[in-house]
Amino acid sequence: MTNQATKKKLQKERAKVIEVTDVVAHYGPRMVLKGVNISVHEGEIMVIMGRSGSGKSTLLRHMLALELPTSGAVKLLNQNVSAMGAEALFDLRRDIGVAFQSGALLSSLTVEQNIMLPLTEHAKLDRQTMEIMTRMKLEVVGLSKFGHLMPSQLSGGMLKRAALARAIVMDPKILFCDEPSSGLDPMTASALDELIIKLRDVLGMSVVVITHEVESAFNIADRIAVVDDGEIIFIGTVSEVKKHKSTYIQNLLNRSAEAGEIHPEEYLRRLTGDGSVKDLNL
Amino acid sequence: MESSPSNNFLHRAAEKTGRTVIAGIEEAGTCGVILAQSFYWLFIGPRIRQPVRLNHVITQMVEIGLHAIFIMTIMGATIGVMLAIQGIYALRLFGAESRVVIGIALSTVREFGPLITAIMVAARSGSGLAARIGTMKINEELDALNVMGINPVRFLVVPALLAMVVMVPALTLLSIYVGLYSAGLYVQWELGMSMTAFTKDIINILSLDDLLHGLGKSLIFAVLIAVIGVVNGASVKGGAEGVGKVTTHAVVQSIAAIVITDMVFALVVTRL
Repeated sequence: MTNQATKKKLQKERAKVIEVTDVVAHYGPRMVLKGVNISVHEGEIMVIMGRSGSGKSTLLRHMLALELPTSGAVKLLNQNVSAMGAEALFDLRRDIGVAFQSGALLSSLTVEQNIMLPLTEHAKLDRQTMEIMTRMKLEVVGLSKFGHLMPSQLSGGMLKRAALARAIVMDPKILFCDEPSSGLDPMTASALDELIIKLRDVLGMSVVVITHEVESAFNIADRIAVVDDGEIIFIGTVSEVKKHKSTYIQNLLNRSAEAGEIHPEEYLRRLTGDGSVKDLNL
Repeated sequence: MESSPSNNFLHRAAEKTGRTVIAGIEEAGTCGVILAQSFYWLFIGPRIRQPVRLNHVITQMVEIGLHAIFIMTIMGATIGVMLAIQGIYALRLFGAESRVVIGIALSTVREFGPLITAIMVAARSGSGLAARIGTMKINEELDALNVMGINPVRFLVVPALLAMVVMVPALTLLSIYVGLYSAGLYVQWELGMSMTAFTKDIINILSLDDLLHGLGKSLIFAVLIAVIGVVNGASVKGGAEGVGKVTTHAVVQSIAAIVITDMVFALVVTRL
């Protein structure tokens, strides 16, 4: 049996922690997710890739139940989030960690207070234990000396690491990372990639990473889902994605601009809006 | 059938008015929902192990109340002296300057103390609340709270609302006291009435009802400032420009709501 076949078999045996089934979503009249299907298994790192505006972040917001789909279902840890009450949803969210693209640390709290926040709100622990747990997570992300600083005093890379520390402080079963390495230098980005792999290996978390950084995706992904125009056009392992013949996927991987010439008349029609190209007397 | 330009104009105007009315109703509905959710988290929260944190309330009380003491003292004193000046000027026309104490006492306690305090708090803390929540929304901090299982209404809104409900009446009392005292000093200087006589007059004129009238209004103003600030902040769109817009809206809407409520309150209470 080949390596890939073994990997696929193992994935089938593992429990699904996220199941997105036929999810359709609209922003006003515009359909932004067009029947998306994706599942993530226990201990798997799933990378969701696609160009800007393709629907990656919208898909993430639906996976987190920050937005509810027009139709279809999102299941997290075998619970349908669309059908859950607010209280049950808040309980479920304790098993989920999210590192937002901007960090989203509360600006009025220090880094340490930010990371400790989920513990103070949910865990029935004494202060000293919470402080120790917080310092451990700061140590994991390499920020042990910066806990006393305010978020505004951190660099971009440090903010992302602090956000990651807060996301894992409750030892969640699923970790979501939105663009963890965007805007970072290659060394910091690579360190963050290693950290995500370490979290999966050591803590056994399932990880969903939204990114358009190809190198980072190849480094960490067990599987990659490629999104375009609100649809998942392919899901496969890194080597399967690399070999895929789709022009869109190859352009995405090679960082090429989308090919495709526009006919001059079509271009003018787009500019004039009403198709009255003849009125321009060209 | 082709429509004439005047028909088009009327159509657009009607459509715009309709949209504005619907948006207003929607906003009022959101205010009601926020208020209902605040009560839920305040009273039901502790039963489901999600209480409102006292330290958050105290932090807000310090910000809304203690940090406003200096400006409220200045404003209270200015209003008191201004009422004394205008009162004496008007009553001098009838040779009744000595009756100025009645006007000062009633208008400070029933009207100007609560009104000026509420306007100052709306400008200072209502705008701050809208800007804070707006910025948090733009920076995904509200989403972060949600996905951490921390309800933003419990974490952010209820502490601000409680702090407003305690501190606005407290600042109103301060403003009334400073206003009456400074008016007394001016009356003493202008009319030669001693502070003891002025104080005795004030005590004779004012009843507990007058004080409750002023404090009751300030309680309603406190709720209005907090809820309008939160709803505006939460409705932010765009970046820093959006935050600026909702902050301005929050102040304008709060002051308008305060003045209108003041009039309605006075009308209802004086007719009962």
